[in-house]
Amino acid sequence: MTGIKGSFVALILAVSAIWLIAPSQAQAQDFDAQVRALTTGGYSAKARAVTALAATADPRAIPVLEALLEKKLYTRNSDGAVVIAEEKGSVLLLRRAVDLTEIGEASTSDLKSVRVNNRMRRAIRGALGALTLLSTDPAKRRSAAEAVFKAKDAAMVPILDRAIARETDAKIKTIMQKALASTQLTTSKDTEVRVAAVAKLAEFVEQDVQSVIGSILVKNGDGSFVETDVKVRAAASVALERMESTLASYRMIGDLFRGISLGSVLLLAAVGLAITFGVMGVINMAHGEMLMLGAYTTFVIQNLFKSYMPSAFDYSLTVAVPMAFLVAGAVGVAMERGIIRHLYGRPLETLLATWGISLILRQFVRSIFGPTNREVGNPEWMSGGIELVGGVVLTYNRIWIIVFSLLVLGALVLVLRYTAFGLQMRARLLFCRMASTMGIRTNWVDALTFGLGSGIAGMAGVALSQVDNVGPNLGQAYIVDSFMVVVFGGVGNLWGTLVGAFSLGIINKFLEPFAGAVLGKILVLIVIILFIQKRPRGLFALKGRAVEN
Amino acid sequence: MQLSKSAFKATVAAGALALASFVAQPSLAADTIKVGVLHSLSGTMAISESTLKDTMLMLIDDLNKKGGLLGKKIEPVVVDPASNWPLFAEKMRELLSVHKVDVVFGNWTSVSRKSVLPVVEELNGMLFYPVQYEGEESSRNVFYTGAAPNQQAIPAVEYLMSEDGGSAKRWVLLGTDYVYPRTTNKILRAFLKAKGVAEADIMESYTPFGHSDWQTIVADVKKFASAGKKTAVVSTINGDANVPFYKELANQGIKAEDIPVVAFSVGEEELSGFDTKPLVGHLAAWNYFMSVKTPENKAFIEKWHAFTKNKKRVTNDPMEAHYIGFNMWVQAVKQAGTTNVDAVRQAMYGQKFKNLAGGIAVMNTNHHLSKPVLIGEIQEDGQFETVWSTKGVVKGDAWSNFIPESAKLTADWTYPWVCGNCEKPKYVELTN
Repeated sequence: MTGIKGSFVALILAVSAIWLIAPSQAQAQDFDAQVRALTTGGYSAKARAVTALAATADPRAIPVLEALLEKKLYTRNSDGAVVIAEEKGSVLLLRRAVDLTEIGEASTSDLKSVRVNNRMRRAIRGALGALTLLSTDPAKRRSAAEAVFKAKDAAMVPILDRAIARETDAKIKTIMQKALASTQLTTSKDTEVRVAAVAKLAEFVEQDVQSVIGSILVKNGDGSFVETDVKVRAAASVALERMESTLASYRMIGDLFRGISLGSVLLLAAVGLAITFGVMGVINMAHGEMLMLGAYTTFVIQNLFKSYMPSAFDYSLTVAVPMAFLVAGAVGVAMERGIIRHLYGRPLETLLATWGISLILRQFVRSIFGPTNREVGNPEWMSGGIELVGGVVLTYNRIWIIVFSLLVLGALVLVLRYTAFGLQMRARLLFCRMASTMGIRTNWVDALTFGLGSGIAGMAGVALSQVDNVGPNLGQAYIVDSFMVVVFGGVGNLWGTLVGAFSLGIINKFLEPFAGAVLGKILVLIVIILFIQKRPRGLFALKGRAVEN
Repeated sequence: MQLSKSAFKATVAAGALALASFVAQPSLAADTIKVGVLHSLSGTMAISESTLKDTMLMLIDDLNKKGGLLGKKIEPVVVDPASNWPLFAEKMRELLSVHKVDVVFGNWTSVSRKSVLPVVEELNGMLFYPVQYEGEESSRNVFYTGAAPNQQAIPAVEYLMSEDGGSAKRWVLLGTDYVYPRTTNKILRAFLKAKGVAEADIMESYTPFGHSDWQTIVADVKKFASAGKKTAVVSTINGDANVPFYKELANQGIKAEDIPVVAFSVGEEELSGFDTKPLVGHLAAWNYFMSVKTPENKAFIEKWHAFTKNKKRVTNDPMEAHYIGFNMWVQAVKQAGTTNVDAVRQAMYGQKFKNLAGGIAVMNTNHHLSKPVLIGEIQEDGQFETVWSTKGVVKGDAWSNFIPESAKLTADWTYPWVCGNCEKPKYVELTN
């Protein structure tokens, strides 16, 4: 809307300017015809029409192209007029494309939309870039410069020159210079200019730029170079080599980030199990279902937000986290009181019973929510990412999950160290009889410990709902990984879980580029098996009485 | 069972009526025609397959309302193979030998089809398989109503190579690690090489079912794309792994204008209910899109909404395949005057039926359909907009021309020449 409004103001200015220089009738007809050309013929013809329209440098073209990009440009069936339609309730409000005057309303069946495909979108963005390169809005100039960089159209060179001369913002200026250099490199005939352009481009260590320089070294099918200028080729290969070494180190950072991110997911999945299995010794096959319950709680909370407070949707996760803790925690307490407490000391029965519970919980969820996956949305602050130099993108959802996993672990450590419950829990686990003679209700401590572990798994489920599918089988995907992390890290040791999760994550992500996703996973499994052979108690083995029992 | 009590009574009544009016007919025992529905209603594939079960029930219900077939009502026999591949074979045996169904509509994954194949051939059943698949197979007892590679994968790659599609020169083949993606990519690799694409310009990568951590692969794609040639991604990723894959694409800022992704297993159903705004322009190739405007499609969608009592339910390509397959089978049964498998098979050849996506589908003697091919771009509302389509229909190939061993093979099951994978005509005495 604001875009249209802004362009409307620009249009009024432009129209008055045009009026001042008194355009001929022929020019107006020309523009009409050019707008009409956007709506006829195949994609190639339409893309050419877009470029032709941009070449007029007529500001009236801006709203037309913007409407085309947003699929708001139509032709009216009754008279073939080219119109821009805005939704207004159930009808569409029409404006004539050439001068934006309102010409009434229509329904979708009266109009035929102008189709665009990827190729046209690219052309439109380039054209809009050329038209808005001199805009007063810095954000617009910036995206315009990016678009011109991608379009690499020789016609843009004079406009770019002018824009660079006028530009005051240093950042935008460099983008414009990048755009100019890439355009000169691809379209110029002058060897000197092109070699200079390669040198300029080499200052930008980015994958896009690498691609532009790389295109100089593309070979034909018979092995000969497409580019015939030897000097330019030599400059390009030198520049590329230098870039490649810098890019390689950036990619290393990317791999490290991805490893830590996978590690944080593993940590979240495993930390609840570190309590129920690691500390209490219950082989809890229903652990994965606690993750699933947390994820479904997120789904329910998000739906409540959608129907009652759609504006606050971005905060739904902050409500979902405690709710998931309560739901999964309550289920955990009920499980412990109802079944598991009768089975302490009988690991095989516990395994079978908890596996049964896992089946029941999965079917329960399937009956209520259906067998298909449920859509859990990403809030705005978890979408997109930060682009580091060298094309490495750190995505927000992963960053938040890393932060969240560390917070959860930190909070858990604090609870165990500094609260009365934590003390009772540790006392119960290390010296059971002594603890009960000291007045600790060991039954309740057991129940609450199991509830705590399950509740933490529930919170982890909220995080997993942001990166994985929320379905009845969500937990199954994580149960093996969780056990792997806990056993690898050392049973009964939270630090072991932390180090185990991150080292497995990082090993996995460094193996993946070489071995592929499937083989990478297998290799990690082999590493763990060999490791457990050497150190059966994991990375950090507990010592003392608890272990000897 | 799926039949309610009243419906059952109605069936019995209808059966009694039929009994009374066709006393002269010899087969009195069968007062209904049984149609088996073999789709997973639980497990990982339930997502896609339960919709097809509903589609079949709708089609059967519709036909029964119009008076049934050969004066009899159709009785659906629904079984649940639970996304368990060996169980598919057992359930197929149950359908054919216990329930004695006349025809089976079912399966989704290729691995489940491979599992039922020996059973349906041994018991001389008839299976309609509605999903796009990798080809390289021909069975006397299976009709393939989904797309073969030359009706989906090859045209999609050709489009991306064309000027309109962005003149892609470098290719990433991503897939889930099982038979369909591996075979399709084998065909595509051979095709790309035939088009002069160098080995170094093809990257192939596989992931397990349900893969959720796509960071490395998406970053690899970006790196691969920065070599100075226009790059496109061909995705044969199957099932729900697609959701985190597309999320990662969006988060890492890969735009369709820069690196388009064309998918062969992503349809309206898979996109329903997820934010497609960052995905606008990524592509899919199918023989049908819900957005296609034909009177047949409009009627079909309305019927589907009424049947499911849900205005938001989407339709997709395998549903259309069942629609065509079922209607062709009905025509063939009418023509043959019997549901006998051998008779109906011969009557199937040359059957014509109007596609929902326009044009007329024809059943060929290689058991594959001639259908139009459409390529669509994802829109903000989760639908596809057709950006390219074939002029007419394309005949499905059982054996790919781009794999040298397969190019020699023929598939033709016309009596008496019955052959699925031979180089010379084979005349086989039909025994039943």
